[in-house]
Amino acid sequence: MEPSRGRDVSEVALKGADAPVAVAASRAAVLRRLRLTDMIFHGLTRGASLAVLALLGGVILSLVYGAAPALSTFGFGFLFDESWNPVTERFGALAPIFGTLVTSAIAMLIAVPVGLMIAFFLTELCPMMLRRPIGIAIELLAGIPSIIYGIWGLFVFAPFMQQYVQPLFIDSFANVPVLSTLFAGPPYGIGMFTAGLILAIMVLPFVTSISRDVFDAVPPVLKEAAYGVGCTTWEVFRYVVLPYTRIGVIGGFMLGLGRALGETMAVTFVIGNAHHVSASLFAPGTTISASIANEFTEAVGDLYTSSLIALGLILFFITFCVLAIARYLLLRLQKQGGK
Amino acid sequence: MPDMTIATANSPLYSGRRRRNAIAKSLALAATIFGLGWLVLILGVLIYQGIGGLSLAVFTEMTPPPGAAGGLLNAIAGSIVMTVLAVLIGTPIGILAGTYLAEYGRHDKISSVVRFINDILLSAPSIVIGLFVYEIMVAPMGHFSGWAGAVALAVIVIPVVVRTTEDMLTLVPDTLREAAASIGLPRAHMIVRIAYRAAQAGIVTGILLAVARISGETAPLLFTALNNQFWSMNMNAPMPSLPVVIFQFALSPYAEWQKLAWTGALLITVTVLALSIIARSLTARKSS
Repeated sequence: MEPSRGRDVSEVALKGADAPVAVAASRAAVLRRLRLTDMIFHGLTRGASLAVLALLGGVILSLVYGAAPALSTFGFGFLFDESWNPVTERFGALAPIFGTLVTSAIAMLIAVPVGLMIAFFLTELCPMMLRRPIGIAIELLAGIPSIIYGIWGLFVFAPFMQQYVQPLFIDSFANVPVLSTLFAGPPYGIGMFTAGLILAIMVLPFVTSISRDVFDAVPPVLKEAAYGVGCTTWEVFRYVVLPYTRIGVIGGFMLGLGRALGETMAVTFVIGNAHHVSASLFAPGTTISASIANEFTEAVGDLYTSSLIALGLILFFITFCVLAIARYLLLRLQKQGGK
Repeated sequence: MPDMTIATANSPLYSGRRRRNAIAKSLALAATIFGLGWLVLILGVLIYQGIGGLSLAVFTEMTPPPGAAGGLLNAIAGSIVMTVLAVLIGTPIGILAGTYLAEYGRHDKISSVVRFINDILLSAPSIVIGLFVYEIMVAPMGHFSGWAGAVALAVIVIPVVVRTTEDMLTLVPDTLREAAASIGLPRAHMIVRIAYRAAQAGIVTGILLAVARISGETAPLLFTALNNQFWSMNMNAPMPSLPVVIFQFALSPYAEWQKLAWTGALLITVTVLALSIIARSLTARKSS
């Protein structure tokens, strides 16, 4: 809206005394114009917000459309078939789904306790002066692009794992029943375990910053009351803060899990891209996103491409459910806080 | 008083609780050092490996064939072009949608649905976005293109901008809106002239964060813009980008390529960190 229009109104108003009829007419014209621009703007913003809905619809539709040939050829068996053979055109999603779940599980097993402890440190123990810088540093960790984690994992972390960590694990657990199968085989460096650890580093800042935010939202009265009856810092955290923020913590956990499941580049570098389901965590494997990233541009034949898109559809379905639960829980927390 | 302290400190229950407290506190400190340690480690290696390859040639020469020296000029240019286009496409849609959520439709049923869906898009796997754009653009057009890459990045920009725009507009006090309404200003004019102005810094922050997010994105570009070894400003042809070149070079067996990959990684990280620090300082000044 240009300033001239406002001047119109005031000029009309000043001259109003001379010609009341003309004034009324032009005032109506100005009002109509204002109303019209308002209507247009309303429509535009509404259209844009509907476009966001259309975007999600488009993603789902295009994935279903692209995955249709593979799904109709293999049916439900696609989910439980380990084979992945471009030559005979037999594809199954079991190995990528297995790899995705295992690496994400490793990541969450490490990131959640560590993230919660960092949030505990930041909200209860950290000196005020350091609170902001450490918080920002953790969030910077979240901002580093995943390809950086990937290249770092490939050139620095994987060799380190191969030389020091994996031989140590293999030797020390060689005679322990379950662990000897989990940590078996030659130390390749790359593999599901390394990928899971890198994912843990990537997910850590998400878990930390959400936990910190929900811990900060605990009413001080509750904590003060607990301190007042003689609780230690840890007891206040364990028996007052954690139960109170349970829903939010689970929401943050699910959000981190959504990240871990869908993460592509960091995993692609270090997973080894082998379509196998193996019991050993040190064996190379693959995840859904790593398979797509590695093979999509090289896929020949409609069925190969379509199978990869079907993998994408499965990934989207899993992350959609996880993220929906996360958002639902965090939303419930918000409403609870609003009361 | 001193007697009492000694008595309680000696009771087994109390000393056990104190011990547990001390253990938990030191674990928390250890966890924090562990978390920050990774940041130091990653940045340290990145600077150590990347700075050696940093030279004028990186910014003036094209990506080399295997075994030769060269730079990253075409990849940097491609990244900039696609990022700018993605922001130009994504930002208006994002700001308008965020405006609807915060202003016109704050309590609408449909707004809560849009908010929910937007939050899901915000953390949806970016590789799926790549597949989506492949299906709607690359497959029908029959070739990879810079446009497809820009659209894929724009799809990632939109939810970020929607979210920050809505958050920043809801922070604008309602009294400002009421004051505007009381002098007869229609809503559209109130939003453009008052609400946007009050939320300006926050909205710019959102755009900067979106740029930071997409400048490191690799997965959605792999099969939309693909890659290109040569200088190309043709948006209808495959276009190189810094992240994809890093991906290709890092996984190659050639030492020169790997060195360039590290240098590229350093460039991207510095850009992303600088953008997010600038974005943060913008809102920090606003709120203080």
